[in-house]
Amino acid sequence: MRDLLDFAGWSKPDAEDLFATADVMAEVLRRPVKRVPALQGFTVCTAFFENSTRTRTSFELAARRMSADVVSFAAGTSSLAKGESLRDTVETLVAMGVDLIVVRHSASGAAHLVRRFAGVPVINGGDGARAHPTQALLDAYTLRAHWGELSGKRVVILGDVLHSRVARSNLELLPLLGAKVVLCGPANLLPQSLSGPNLEVSPDLDSALDGADAVMALRVQRERLEGGLGVSLPEYAARYQLNRSRLDRAGPRALLLHPGPMNRDVEISSDLAGDPRSCVLEQVHAGLAIRMAVLYHLLVGKKERAA
Amino acid sequence: MPRTAITGLRREAGGSPHTLYLEGPTILGWDLDLEVSATWDGRGGLALPAFTDPHVHLRDPGQPHKETLRSGLAAAAAGGYGTVVSMPNTLPATDQPEAVLSLRVRADALGLCRLIPAAALTLGQEGRVLSDASLLAEAGAALLTDDGRTNEDGGLLRYGLQAAKAAGLLVAVHAEDASLRRGGVMHEGQVSERLGLPGNPAAAETARIARDLEICALTGARLHLQHLSAARSVELVRAAKRAGLPVTCEVTPHHLTLTDTSLLQLDAVYKVAPPLRTEADRQALLAGLRDGTIDCLASDHAPHSPAEKEQDLLAAPFGIANLELVFPLLYSELVLKGAASLEQLTGWLTSGPRKVLGLPECTLEAGQPADLVVMDLASERPVDPERLRTQAKLGPWNGRQLRGWPALTLYQGRVVHG
Repeated sequence: MRDLLDFAGWSKPDAEDLFATADVMAEVLRRPVKRVPALQGFTVCTAFFENSTRTRTSFELAARRMSADVVSFAAGTSSLAKGESLRDTVETLVAMGVDLIVVRHSASGAAHLVRRFAGVPVINGGDGARAHPTQALLDAYTLRAHWGELSGKRVVILGDVLHSRVARSNLELLPLLGAKVVLCGPANLLPQSLSGPNLEVSPDLDSALDGADAVMALRVQRERLEGGLGVSLPEYAARYQLNRSRLDRAGPRALLLHPGPMNRDVEISSDLAGDPRSCVLEQVHAGLAIRMAVLYHLLVGKKERAA
Repeated sequence: MPRTAITGLRREAGGSPHTLYLEGPTILGWDLDLEVSATWDGRGGLALPAFTDPHVHLRDPGQPHKETLRSGLAAAAAGGYGTVVSMPNTLPATDQPEAVLSLRVRADALGLCRLIPAAALTLGQEGRVLSDASLLAEAGAALLTDDGRTNEDGGLLRYGLQAAKAAGLLVAVHAEDASLRRGGVMHEGQVSERLGLPGNPAAAETARIARDLEICALTGARLHLQHLSAARSVELVRAAKRAGLPVTCEVTPHHLTLTDTSLLQLDAVYKVAPPLRTEADRQALLAGLRDGTIDCLASDHAPHSPAEKEQDLLAAPFGIANLELVFPLLYSELVLKGAASLEQLTGWLTSGPRKVLGLPECTLEAGQPADLVVMDLASERPVDPERLRTQAKLGPWNGRQLRGWPALTLYQGRVVHG
């Protein structure tokens, strides 16, 4: 693995290798002193051309837990605002000597573009509606912690699937690990022609939830609902908001995931706050371990184990 | 006037060598055994009438970082073209007779390739006020079009067609319904949904073609549909032609050779309007060319600077620059792979577009203009962006091994390439 842009070319053992490293990292995170020297001397750059406080914080904390130096580049306050091209920005960062770039950008494909000009490993921290691979890895890692194995499990991804990079990365990764993915949401927020093995698209939430082992509620942007595409906030809440009675349909052992930040009472109702089935905080924790593992694999290599 | 000769020319692939005699800008004839002041060696290449392109963007005046008259016409000459029609989306838009005349005079002074400018159908290509069709015709405009600024006002297009008909001009349309296209940057389908890129459905083109064919029937005016991209579009035109409508259409080299799966590389060199569609669409376009539904090839040469095409897929502009590669690309991808004959390909580049534009057919017989290209069908080399005359160096075929490069281009009896 030279970069992590998406899951093209991935197989199940690739993910399992990464999860094994993440297990080691999770153990580090449980220590009283949560820091190892694994990446000492390396400099990780978070280049966020689109705002995201939590993803950036998670990557930066992951890098610091392994003693890497961290620099962050925020487009809003930088040369991009002065008209500098993405290429010139990336080449400048690399000339400063950074060893790895985590990129977040509003355009699908921008991470590939950065990789073309970078010459150092690139992690896609989310590009447009295309991919957010570390999110899918941490989702799978969270589910794996509960189930051991994803084979044969049914995972519903609910909400604005069409505009969601989280959904796209999950529908690449989870079937690779043997799980079946059901995409559910309002007709105009679902892909119209997507198909694939272990993939089902359904606009009907109740039937999607029957027999579901986990439900991942996606963040729904109010702007999308107010964009005139035929689903209002009240209609969305009435038909697709995940609440306790709907989650009960999936069963008492079903798991609830959300990539955050949550819009309470939009895609998820307040009565699910504190529900024992919610894995939201476990996901945040898994995110640190997964991002440490990815940084380690890209900068040091998977052969040598950390700590 | 100086007499010149080109030796070692073949008049058909595999034929015996002949010598063509020229006097100034005119062909004198074959194998005449005359005294000449200069001789060129055709090296056994295939002599063809220089090509005609009904659709190029030269970006002049106004966008010299993308292309200029000089770089664009040099690219045309290098591609074997003797006549090109430039689109009016210049800065300012080519919507005045003086602007048309100015382009013609400047191109004549360069002496690289004949330029027949298209003029805007509406002032500023803004779709509000019609330009002066009869004055633009008098100034020598090839046709009227708002090209990429799609004709959203159907009523205005109707009156534009009627005025153009009275002026003896053709109207060309970029048939895409802007409301269906929305923000689409590639073909809407499996690939766009996998990539999370905004899609442009084939219906954006077909719905607009259906409307425009009705307006064509209403007015009886000559309508030319630019760059078809979808299978259903070919069906619509086929039916309209069968019904006797005065409609013609074109297709580009990229829609004949690439599909939306190219976008999996996430490279904006593949971002073009209308978008690259599916393999089924590509096959239907080929079939439409072969059965005459599609009248001709058009490059839609759309140069942008490398920095512009290096942007992300949302920010980068639409367009592929290909003027120098049309023949080698299609010779390699269609003729050598058995999808078309050499005669078909040259027809789509010569008599096809000339008929659409109402220009006299060109041959290599006595009395004809000495505009010709000599093709070295055996020459094979990779596309080297540094050798291209266009300023738009980033394209889908850089590094691709292609066969059949123009060895020599003559325009008005003078060597302009080779």
